[in-house]
Amino acid sequence: MRLKLVPENTDWDFFKYARATFGASCVAIVLSLVAWLALGLNFGIDFQGGTTIRTQAEETVVVSEYRDALGGLDLGDVVISEVFDPTFGPDENVAMVRIAAQDGAEAVTPETIERVQAALQDVAPTLEFTSVESVGPKVSGELIQAAFLAVAASLAAILFYIWLRFEWQFSVGAVAALFHDVVLTIGIFSILQIQFDLATIAAILTIIGYSINDTVVIFDRLRENLIKYKSRDLRDVMNLSVNETLSRTVMTSGTTLVALIALLVLGGDVIRGFVFAIAWGVIVGTYSSVFVAKNIVLFLGVKRDWSKPDKTEGNQFAQMD
Amino acid sequence: MLQFPLWKRLVIWGLVLVGLVLALPNLFYGRVEQANDARAEIVQMGATPERTAAAGGWPEWMPSGLVNLGLDLRGGAHLLAEVQVDQVYAQRIDGMWPEVRDTLRDARDTVGTIRRLDDGGAVLEVRISRPEGLPEALELVRGLAQPVASLTGGGTSDLEVTGDTAVIRVQLSEAERAATDSRTLQQTVEIVRRRVDEVGTREPTIQRQGDDRVLIQVPGIGSAAELKALIGTTAQLTFNPVVNRTDDANTNAGVGNVVYPSIDQSGTNYVLERSPVVSGEDLVDAQPSFDQNGAPAVSFRFNPSGARRFGDYTLENIGSPFAIVLDEEVISAPVIQSHIPGGSGIITGNFTVEEATELAVLLRAGALPAELTFLEERTIGPELGQDSIDAGRIACLVAFVLVMAMIWASYGLFGLFANIALIINVGLIFGLLSLIGATLTLPGIAGIVLTIGMAVDANVLVFERIREEAKTAKGPSRAIQLGYERALSAIVDANITTFIIATILFTLGSGPVRGFAVTLGIGIITSVFTAIFVTRAIVVAWFDRRRPKTLEV
Repeated sequence: MRLKLVPENTDWDFFKYARATFGASCVAIVLSLVAWLALGLNFGIDFQGGTTIRTQAEETVVVSEYRDALGGLDLGDVVISEVFDPTFGPDENVAMVRIAAQDGAEAVTPETIERVQAALQDVAPTLEFTSVESVGPKVSGELIQAAFLAVAASLAAILFYIWLRFEWQFSVGAVAALFHDVVLTIGIFSILQIQFDLATIAAILTIIGYSINDTVVIFDRLRENLIKYKSRDLRDVMNLSVNETLSRTVMTSGTTLVALIALLVLGGDVIRGFVFAIAWGVIVGTYSSVFVAKNIVLFLGVKRDWSKPDKTEGNQFAQMD
Repeated sequence: MLQFPLWKRLVIWGLVLVGLVLALPNLFYGRVEQANDARAEIVQMGATPERTAAAGGWPEWMPSGLVNLGLDLRGGAHLLAEVQVDQVYAQRIDGMWPEVRDTLRDARDTVGTIRRLDDGGAVLEVRISRPEGLPEALELVRGLAQPVASLTGGGTSDLEVTGDTAVIRVQLSEAERAATDSRTLQQTVEIVRRRVDEVGTREPTIQRQGDDRVLIQVPGIGSAAELKALIGTTAQLTFNPVVNRTDDANTNAGVGNVVYPSIDQSGTNYVLERSPVVSGEDLVDAQPSFDQNGAPAVSFRFNPSGARRFGDYTLENIGSPFAIVLDEEVISAPVIQSHIPGGSGIITGNFTVEEATELAVLLRAGALPAELTFLEERTIGPELGQDSIDAGRIACLVAFVLVMAMIWASYGLFGLFANIALIINVGLIFGLLSLIGATLTLPGIAGIVLTIGMAVDANVLVFERIREEAKTAKGPSRAIQLGYERALSAIVDANITTFIIATILFTLGSGPVRGFAVTLGIGIITSVFTAIFVTRAIVVAWFDRRRPKTLEV
């Protein structure tokens, strides 16, 4: 007996609840933007500058003791958090200490790090510093810029590529779906206050890649069907295309999610935020290619007058006008 | 009807074989790494029985390229340093002063007396007492300029000389500054590399980044602080004329002069001319040795131009003291006894043998042309790296098994074919990563896991398509053929867009983002290859043998 995630020959109307899904997406986008503005993002040191120290001790971590130890050092903003992970052994008590960039310091101040380490070791003698990372304020500003540039450049490149391969309506639909995914990802990071750092940007770009993958496959089928059923209603052709590719969409998202969940549970706490972002993105991205991208294409309408359809179906350059 | 000529099959399986063989050393990581290290040591330092044994741990005829493990996996230190390139402008301009002075002195009749106004900045200001002589003075100083030695700055002069009533300003021209930056960076990278190599750690990465930055990554070193101590030592050696000797460290040195303390006689300070006669950049060799009294010393040799300047100066200044300055401290200030023409000399001071050796090493490695400011430093402990590898490995295996089970359950026999292709795919990723010597980072592992998930996509697209075609097409072979043909455009479009992103990530990203982009990009290439060619070759082989009447996908 074969595993079937989606029944054979579905004929679901994906536009039946178009208002509801599209509205939900709009609300989610607005919510994400509001959360972003109101709560802000929990920027890691990559984007904010400062130092993170990962400590590991045999004694259990008492955050208040750690805080007291650092209280006298006049460090400004210090965040101490204990790290839990199912893979840790009983003698692995891990904490993260985050210190904001020191005022007026252009570069990293090694003396500060040494003072912090000495103070912490007074509290917990077996304390080891498994990683110490410092980013100066100068670099962090540039990193933010580069990150935004990377996201913008990716969106632009995709906009251009889809326009070349399909038509401009598709390209708008695809990029709107990507925008949706990116904003929702930023939103969830803001609401849950998960640390937002360089790896998160990599994750967002992966989401863009994944979501576009999904969208393109559906678009590709849509283009093929538009040639095949010249006189059918656009809405029907779209529904047909999604239904035809649905089994693939669910299968691919399913396997990717299974892989990501394995990584989320077993991959250790260091990459958890990163993997979480991608997993979230796969879900959101799959949703957006089915429910967002098409709606926009339908709304914009597609020119159906294919004056000269190419014989190598589905593999030609779209007509551009 | 499924035509697949023999030569194509051979090419496909040949490529798979090459990829897998290239990936093979990674299964025996420790052994191969030891063997590689031992071989490198044998070349450098000769063979010992242990080294030969270690080198024999992995056969010579096998490929021995490994995937580099990033710092987050192996532990080590990462530094991003900014080179203070401005300092070099100041040094260069400062070094112009004696020449400018001598040139203008020769024209004293028209320009009058000359006086230096600034104090060692990037602009040299000289006041002349006769403003009417300014045009000639400017011309004379401009005559000292030389064409810029770079490709882009060709035809322009290295100095920018401007005048304002009675003041001449000399600074480096834009083109010369760019050329100087480039040289400074090159020199810094080279010197940092030499210093890191002295401690003999494995495969350090030392890269220029942007206009004025150097990225230094050294695996296996205990901490970034240790690394900084190693490369941060400036070892700026200069030989300066002594103006005066004083006990007061706060004494007013006068324009163009500096006060440096003595390294071994506390309380003694020297007033020196700021512009050195010769600097460490002209050194070609330095060795620990002993002076005529048998005390440890460092002997050195200059290059021809340094030797000439050193010779000229010693000839003209017999009987005057001459300071040997290391990092703004005077090591010694011997009185010049005689003309030293050969360009070699000896530095004496109250050294121990160890100090002399260390100084010789520092001098030999050369001075950093400018100071480094550290903008970013990261230390990752080796245990954390090991934990991450272990966690990553288990997670990858579990992910792999789950995905394969899902595919097999969904597509049966075809699913098994896809699974074989998937294993080959991961093998090829590692093969390619080893071939290009890419660095595998933690996000890189995530990238591989993601590719595992997405590699499935291409196969799923094909299989779903075959299923569809099987409903309408005339026979199984036609269905398979159409399935592959029609799925192609979706596979290509979907993967090209992802590949575009991988490329952008690689171009704009740095560090972990880049590592991720590399595995993602390579993963896309291999997964398209395995989905389009490898599974197809398997399916065709199976089809030729079985000739099934109906198709069960």
